[in-house]
Amino acid sequence: MNSSKILIYDGSFNGFLTAVFTAFEEKIDVMDIQTHSQVQNGLFSDMETVFTQVEKAKRVWNGIRKKSYSAISKIYFAYLSEMEGVELMLYRYIRKLMGSEKEGHHDFSDETILKISQLARSVGREKHRMEAFVRFQLTRDEIYFCNIEPDFNVLPLISKHFRNRYADQQWLIYDVKRKYGIFYDLQNVALVSLNLKEIHFNKVHKSDAFLNEEYDYQTLWNDYFKSTHIKSRINKKLHTQHVPKRYWKYLSEKKEML
Amino acid sequence: MNFERIREKLNILADAAKYDVSCASSGSNRKNTNKGLGNASKMGICHSYTEDGRCISLLKILLTNYCIFDCAYCVTRKSNDVKRAAFKIQEVVDLTINFYRRNYIEGLFLSSGIFKNPDYTMERLIAVAKKLREEEGFNGYIHLKSIPGASDELMYEAGLYADRLSVNIEVPTVSGLRLLAPDKKHEDFTKPMLKVKNELVRYQNERKVLKSTPKYAPAGQSTQMIVGATNETDKDVMYSATFYYTQYDMKRVYYSGYVPVADDERLPSLGSQVPMLRENRLYQTDWLLRFYGFSVNELLNHEHPNLEMDIDPKLAWALRNLHYFPMDVNKVDKRLLARIPGLGMQSVAKIIKARQFRKLNWEHLKRIGVSLNRAKYFIICDSKNWEKRDLDAERIKGLILQNSQGKFRKQYNQQLALFN
Repeated sequence: MNSSKILIYDGSFNGFLTAVFTAFEEKIDVMDIQTHSQVQNGLFSDMETVFTQVEKAKRVWNGIRKKSYSAISKIYFAYLSEMEGVELMLYRYIRKLMGSEKEGHHDFSDETILKISQLARSVGREKHRMEAFVRFQLTRDEIYFCNIEPDFNVLPLISKHFRNRYADQQWLIYDVKRKYGIFYDLQNVALVSLNLKEIHFNKVHKSDAFLNEEYDYQTLWNDYFKSTHIKSRINKKLHTQHVPKRYWKYLSEKKEML
Repeated sequence: MNFERIREKLNILADAAKYDVSCASSGSNRKNTNKGLGNASKMGICHSYTEDGRCISLLKILLTNYCIFDCAYCVTRKSNDVKRAAFKIQEVVDLTINFYRRNYIEGLFLSSGIFKNPDYTMERLIAVAKKLREEEGFNGYIHLKSIPGASDELMYEAGLYADRLSVNIEVPTVSGLRLLAPDKKHEDFTKPMLKVKNELVRYQNERKVLKSTPKYAPAGQSTQMIVGATNETDKDVMYSATFYYTQYDMKRVYYSGYVPVADDERLPSLGSQVPMLRENRLYQTDWLLRFYGFSVNELLNHEHPNLEMDIDPKLAWALRNLHYFPMDVNKVDKRLLARIPGLGMQSVAKIIKARQFRKLNWEHLKRIGVSLNRAKYFIICDSKNWEKRDLDAERIKGLILQNSQGKFRKQYNQQLALFN
């Protein structure tokens, strides 16, 4: 019998899928799946490094998608949560899914299934929030620019939305926490990494990277935001529930609140 | 851009528009064509929230707050002494485009006070939408207000550019309307509604034959009612809502707790509390009608003309109909599951999927997200542990209230608090 193993992969989603492929093919008793940057030795288990192979990853992706379209998107969403230990949980999820005749991923009375679908939901919520909370600022070189700092790694998920919507303007959304961004040049969206001298959240002080007109529109938006309140209905608790404070830094309408 | 002037206008005209509670940007499927600007999101996006917790997804403004009418409940009524302003068409277009490009909004919600006459006003609103669509290549969301009394031709044209049309009937009863808005007739409201409904039907039919039929108001139409301005009952409100849902295919009916804006003997006085709890219960009822398969006379009828304030309408219904319970969550069909207090439609869907694999017990239900505090008196599941006492409605209600924390609790507990 195979002893249990820890699989090490390069931290990419394809790498993770390759690890899943390897585990299925070699019938490995998986103890954990970890990225090479966060390896922790298991005392009594072997380690095996998996090298990313796009072909294998694709086979896993297609295999799961054939079984269930909603499952593959749940897996991708949950993976992007970057939660510690999510890989092993996803591996169990995939085993359940592939091993069952019925639609195993609908068994919400199972802990792993429920947890993955809740994680996917959280990431989905963050994706939706970023589609809402991005506040572009128009730079002097005509690029609509925005910094974000999302809880989960949602840039790959929001790219399509912004490409479809803002097809006729150049834009750049930069994840300050993960130090990479997506840039649309009127043709394609590309991954970029920048050497940002300063993080452009909505400071009161003006940066010369932007035109004066940009600040005029921020003021108008700010005014508009204020005039939408109905005083006799104020409900601050509900407000912060919808717009949690950790996002305020990047919302121009919240400039004065900080 | 004359910044200071625009700023002043925006402040006046956004302030006057805020009493319209609708800010939905959902339901439209408009796509971005020819690499233009914008598209509609099927589920809608709230880009921010007001400090009273309502969604901000559209730039909601009036074209002008000059008005020839004198409706008592309205802040822009002729006799009210407020600052007046009017936007130029191009100014609204520029604001919308520049807000949209910065991802502040999903689109525009344009309403207006009525100047000169209804048709003249409606023409201006349409001109803004037309300019956005045809000159700016804008595919974002546009919600236009149908001006009461506007002609059929204009209502047709409006639907070609707008995603949603709405006309607010504001006062749920005809007698109330006569009292508060003597200049307006009930037909002024229903005529544009009927035209929009007929056009929607026509569009659906023509589209079956010709796929390129120009879109007509893809997000449908909606309306709003003010509650608490006259002495209407919840039954009046919900029966008239049901009427608009069925007769005019409304996508939504909104309920807006009356915010006192005028010192008028026909209305609650300035400073009286906004009936937010009542508003909340009405929305719950609305949801029960639209998604949970309830019919309106089960929830409100001659014997129960008003909703109970201390418990939600589904629980109230269940307590009046204890003979349907307890239900076995592992057996009953979807329609009945939806009637159990403490179960939302999300939980219902999960239960139906999960119970194919095993019988569910309390632990499963809790993790799925069922609110057991309420549900436990009405269900049995895979457990010997269930409510075996023969409790009557009053007793169940008491037990539930004892163990829960409602967000409005302090509002109806005031009397008790006096003695604490």
